[in-house]
Amino acid sequence: MIERRPLGTLMAHFTLVIGIVLVAFPIYWVFVASTRTIPEILAPPMSLVPGSHFVKNYGEALFSGVGQIGGVTAGRMLFNSFFVALAIAIGKIVMSILSAYAIVFFRFPMRMVFFWMIFITLMLPVEVRIMPTYKVMVDLNLIDTYAGLTVPLMASATATFLFRQFFMTIPDELIEAARVDGAGPWRFLRDILLPLSRTNIAALFVILFTYGWTQYLWPLLVTNSNEMNTIIIGLRRMIVFSDAETQWHVVMATTILAMLPPVLVVVLMQRWFVKGLVESEK
Amino acid sequence: MRRNQTQESMRQRVHFPNKLLPYLLLAPQIAITLVFFFWPAYQALEQSLYREDAFGLSSEFVGLENFVLVLEDPNYVNSLEVTAIFSLGVAVLAMAAALLLAVMADRVVRGRGFYRTMLIWPYAVAPAIAGMLWLFLFNPSMGTLAYLLRRAGVPWDPVLAGDQAMALVIFAAAWKQISYNFIFFVAGLQAIPRSLIEAAAIDGAGPARRFWTIVFPLLSPISFYLLVVNTVYAFFDTFGIIHAVTGGGPAKATETLVYKVFNDGYVNLDLGGSSAQSVILMAIVICLTVVQFRYVESKVHYG
Repeated sequence: MIERRPLGTLMAHFTLVIGIVLVAFPIYWVFVASTRTIPEILAPPMSLVPGSHFVKNYGEALFSGVGQIGGVTAGRMLFNSFFVALAIAIGKIVMSILSAYAIVFFRFPMRMVFFWMIFITLMLPVEVRIMPTYKVMVDLNLIDTYAGLTVPLMASATATFLFRQFFMTIPDELIEAARVDGAGPWRFLRDILLPLSRTNIAALFVILFTYGWTQYLWPLLVTNSNEMNTIIIGLRRMIVFSDAETQWHVVMATTILAMLPPVLVVVLMQRWFVKGLVESEK
Repeated sequence: MRRNQTQESMRQRVHFPNKLLPYLLLAPQIAITLVFFFWPAYQALEQSLYREDAFGLSSEFVGLENFVLVLEDPNYVNSLEVTAIFSLGVAVLAMAAALLLAVMADRVVRGRGFYRTMLIWPYAVAPAIAGMLWLFLFNPSMGTLAYLLRRAGVPWDPVLAGDQAMALVIFAAAWKQISYNFIFFVAGLQAIPRSLIEAAAIDGAGPARRFWTIVFPLLSPISFYLLVVNTVYAFFDTFGIIHAVTGGGPAKATETLVYKVFNDGYVNLDLGGSSAQSVILMAIVICLTVVQFRYVESKVHYG
């Protein structure tokens, strides 16, 4: 602080508290709703004190399943989301490390062509090629498969850039030393490059896990079967406003369950995540 | 890019001699790129020049006619307007709120870490879920806030009133994006040299004056970057919000360009029209990406 202004500091705290309340209120409301009964939820204004049905509602969501989505349980959908998010995060990291490694540490014909091919994928998000991509998925029999949900999302221009940028800061002496000691390319990658990239990998993991978990359009396109729903798509399919059968208490519990894993990853790995986000996007 | 290349070839002179290995290393990513990015994009380009009959049996080359039809379609023009209003609303709201909170978070000493964590975590909430949260709060049949609005005399019903539905999706989309912008503004504020601010303070500039004459101009590169990112977000990543909350309605009042491509192609099976729209979207993404990278390059030049 340049000068002491108690009033200014107080204002700052006040604004931040308001900001946090605005940010947290919708989630708090859903949490409270997830501990109450349907009649209580459907009679606004709902009291803002958590109710007594926490165990019952979450148990029902996780293990009993919901009629609108063919009796699939939130447990099953959570598994799908975990699998998809992990596969996408790990797949993207592995592929981008290998690509960046090839581009930085080898010289070969067409090197820059490949680099630009990866770069251009930035300009072709799935939203601009919905129908033809869907057709490719049908032709390859990838609808309603885990491979279909994950593999097409594993190419990553951003992650490849980040690793390329980082690999370029590795001093030549290190490679020379490794070669003098008789280390081949695999050994160099495994024993020197990967350990040095640990923080980058951790930061990217948080960002990419969140990316995979929050996908919407892609799983909507490539899954029909309720068994294959990610939790976010499943949640959307559970909600039918015109339908008196909608199990609102289960919907609310499932909403919380669908938010929790990526939020935990971001909060627990906050330091790496913030650093990685600011660095990778600039 | 060229600068980077020369830099790179000057720095990295030691390479592994393998001839085949680099291709194998690149193979997985290039294969995915070709099958799931380039081929479908090429298909979209090609289909945008053809018209299929209703049964998908034959198709005929029609040149740019699909584009003419799309651009003349009042629904498409409406969708352009909707997207413009939506993006502008989301970007302005999310950036202004984030900047205010970042400046305040930069001022306080006590509780800094706590405030930061509490403002960062919505980054991990999926756009579709952000939409559903706001839908629950503002749905006439159960939303507490809808109830309060109605009791205050506001005829609130986003299911019927287009502008209210639009306000709802804008707030939901902006709400989710605040944490991302906040992280970047906080990083930008930390990069401003303390000495500059101290010098201004010694010269007698108060906090407001210091903000507008020093902090705000120095944040302009980051603000510009965020403006591009927020526009991309509002264009593409908010599909989940629109799909989950309004389904483009009521009466197409919230039908953004991406939602319309999805609806025309995937739901109504109009391949030619949907492809022409895809190609227009591609052009928009290319422009936005070029702008974004120009910015990155200019930052490299002027530090």
